[in-house]
Amino acid sequence: MMRVALLLVLFASSALAVEPSERLADPAREARARAISQSLRCVVCQNESIDESNADIAHDLRRLLRERITAGDSDDAARQFIVARYGNFVLLRPPVMASTWVLWFGAPTALLLALIGLVFARRRAPAPPSPLTALEQARLAALLDKRE
Amino acid sequence: MRRALAVLPVAAFILLAGYFGYALRPDHDPNELPSALIDREMPAFALPGLTADAVKGQVALVNIFASWCAPCRVEHPLLMRLAKDEKVTLYGIAYKDKDADNARFLAELGNPFTAIGLDRDGRTGIDFGVYGVPETYLIDRAGHIRQRWVGPLSPGRVTRELLPALRKLQAQ
Repeated sequence: MMRVALLLVLFASSALAVEPSERLADPAREARARAISQSLRCVVCQNESIDESNADIAHDLRRLLRERITAGDSDDAARQFIVARYGNFVLLRPPVMASTWVLWFGAPTALLLALIGLVFARRRAPAPPSPLTALEQARLAALLDKRE
Repeated sequence: MRRALAVLPVAAFILLAGYFGYALRPDHDPNELPSALIDREMPAFALPGLTADAVKGQVALVNIFASWCAPCRVEHPLLMRLAKDEKVTLYGIAYKDKDADNARFLAELGNPFTAIGLDRDGRTGIDFGVYGVPETYLIDRAGHIRQRWVGPLSPGRVTRELLPALRKLQAQ
């Protein structure tokens, strides 16, 4: 029972940052605003979206976002409004551009290189030793006999 | 070929270690965001006490501060020195501050600002891309933002970065 209550509290807390007073009356617009704010990084608590953050600035940005949407901005225009002020850094999903290539393609490239290296290493592995000659067989048998 | 391969891990290590060393250099805050407005026009604002047009036409600093912000208190003597000794034109934007609190702050610590705009709801702050007061913006004659410093200015930052950048703009 306690565990269930704890879980409920955990899940509930994620929805708490958005205060009732901030919400838009129109549920469709409110849903759009939430979706956008989930894609924007809070600038002071950098690993939270402004939707999750309780920081003052996140609160202000959520309000601003809702104002833009009420004013008739499209999702992109509203998002761009914030990006124009805070830069691409606030996008939790950064755009693919020259300065983010390392971020987007770095890990796959490293994996590819490692796989290529592995294939080469395999290919160059030394050939298995040739089977023992009759003479060597006899010596081996003699040695084993001695040990027993 | 073999040789070259043997050197590879060492080279990779030196490269990484060099990068980490560079990223951990002192006086560098990895959480600090670059301003999106560098070399762009300063946001147009008309606050009680200060407008963007009043700032234009000269090389000036715009300092965004608040009476509730502890680092602003730390920074304040430096701003006083900049205004008095270095004859720098300083404008203030009081970010989300109560007018009375702000007046008390300046009465207590002195007022280095030529004029102060009261950004009561923080909108102008957001237009500047403010995320942590104090922030200081260097504005050129055309009204473009040339540089931004986040957090309290230190004597080192002022002598090494701020004053040279400012003097360069003034000489142009």
